[in-house]
Amino acid sequence: MAIDKKIRELKEKREKLLRGGGEQAIEKQKAMGKRTARERIMALLDEGSFNEYDLFVEHDAHDFDMDKKSLPSDGVIIGSGTIDGSPVAVYAQDFTVAGGSLGLMHSRKITKIMDHALKMRMPLIGINDSGGARIQEGVNSLAGYGEIFFRNTISSGVIPQISVILGPCAGGAVYSPALTDFVFVVDKISKMFITGPEVIKTVLGEEISMEDLGGARVHSEITGNAHFFAATEEECFDQIKKLVTFIPWNNSRKARMFEPAAPLPGTDIERIVPEDPTLPYDVKDVIRAVADNSDFFEIMEHFAKSIVIGFGRLEGRTTGFVANQPLEMAGVLDVDSSDKAARFIRYCDAFNIPIVTFVDVPGYLPGVDQEHAGVIRHGAKILYSYSEATVPKITVILRKAYGGGYIAMSSRHLRADFVFAWPTAEIAVMGPEGAANIIFRKEIMSSDDPDETRKQKVEEYKKKFANPYVAASRGYVDAVIEPSETRRFLIHSITVSENKEIQLPPKKHGLPPF
Amino acid sequence: MEQDNNMGLLNIDTSLYKTRISRKYRNRIPYKPGDPKSVLSVIPGTILDIMVKPGQNVKKGDELMILEAMKMQNLLKSSEDGRIKLIAVNRGDKVAKGTLLLEME
Repeated sequence: MAIDKKIRELKEKREKLLRGGGEQAIEKQKAMGKRTARERIMALLDEGSFNEYDLFVEHDAHDFDMDKKSLPSDGVIIGSGTIDGSPVAVYAQDFTVAGGSLGLMHSRKITKIMDHALKMRMPLIGINDSGGARIQEGVNSLAGYGEIFFRNTISSGVIPQISVILGPCAGGAVYSPALTDFVFVVDKISKMFITGPEVIKTVLGEEISMEDLGGARVHSEITGNAHFFAATEEECFDQIKKLVTFIPWNNSRKARMFEPAAPLPGTDIERIVPEDPTLPYDVKDVIRAVADNSDFFEIMEHFAKSIVIGFGRLEGRTTGFVANQPLEMAGVLDVDSSDKAARFIRYCDAFNIPIVTFVDVPGYLPGVDQEHAGVIRHGAKILYSYSEATVPKITVILRKAYGGGYIAMSSRHLRADFVFAWPTAEIAVMGPEGAANIIFRKEIMSSDDPDETRKQKVEEYKKKFANPYVAASRGYVDAVIEPSETRRFLIHSITVSENKEIQLPPKKHGLPPF
Repeated sequence: MEQDNNMGLLNIDTSLYKTRISRKYRNRIPYKPGDPKSVLSVIPGTILDIMVKPGQNVKKGDELMILEAMKMQNLLKSSEDGRIKLIAVNRGDKVAKGTLLLEME
């Protein structure tokens, strides 16, 4: 039958294109410890769920003998599928085809799937593995990048956008991931920079390896460009799959509900936090002690560690957790931790995810480097984000909440819906030592035994102010609760906030300090 | 990723906190006030030419060096009258931002 022949012909055409850049190029890819673009998509999506589009697209370049070359699918694979049953749109650059370089048709495929994702209101996942602009295509290649950046921006806050860096991503190409919500990197495979080591050497005489300039560790630990670090591609895909379970399909929905589950037994929440506010502990233990299954999915684990952000669930509902981390840099707010928390707060707000904030903050980090790095404008981002957020905001003051840090960390004054405090809470302008030195300066200086007087005055101050009851007497704290009651109070607060509705004054957009 | 277990004390408002001190904080460069006698490169680049010698007297506005950066030739002029104490670079040197170029007496 004629149809059989036509089908065979289609199969042959497909077969050929599915091989991408051919055996040699695939071997080279494998030798770098990398999977092919197609293998990556298969590893990420539910089995058999991938529908590919634009397999037959060819490049449209004519100069420099490009018209004599064929580039299968123009070096990028696009389509849609599901992850754990949720729809996602995907593109994956194919490094085996002309180094995954971005030409006009390559970019048109990417923008096609981006438009599709926005129209269908589903998450977009972009797998980047590309040598950069296809220089033979000149300004068309630049136009392609611009069209991608524009769509990243327009889709921001409407659909979740995830970038996966599984190879080089250099020059202008880095700005698409930078505009998306979450960036995933893999050790020794991901490389991101604006100008590479060679240019830096030529211009500045500084020698640096690609890994030290823009490897996965650098972006996870130093720059804050990456949100998730994995040792292998497989671990990276597991992280993406897990993230997708926590976030909604788009900004008009809520994240999927899971079966409620109690925290794991054996975590005694009353034994985690030392009473002495200068002693460290791991605040993630507090989060795990209240979260369903004690499961806390941390974001930006290695960057600005004095603040902890990530997702967990309370009675099956996705919840964004923000917590000062006394174990790292005493849990201070600084340039990087403010930036990290502010972006996450805005993410939760954009995608209808309630925010639970655990407070144990000594204040802002002092220092010339911080002041000169702009801790004023960066620190303001936290205030802005919390104030602007209209999702349910629940705050628990675990221990110290001093000065500007108290105000910034989702205080009542920034319209937190519920503020609870543990009996160990100390809400004050600064720590007892600093405060006593200022208030009782004369007494201390004129004393025969200044050290003893200082000690007494510090104690006096502690008794008067180092507690939650002054703030509670003004209604700034709604309830002083036992640590063991925390989960119950959080779940109740989130349940009664289900239909929270507040109106902000109409505006085109606010002007956050960035 | 390896855990950086560097416990120390951090002073915030005269309270001493026992905590891990980040690598970034440990490696921060302590602030030094600027020295008007030192001429530093304000941009990374290459020393194209040096027009003065150590011991030479210069007047405010005299040309000292040409620093080529980002394909631009930047003419460095003396900001005050004085005498050149030392020249810290050679013609053709590539310099980073903040490199000492010369000192005045």
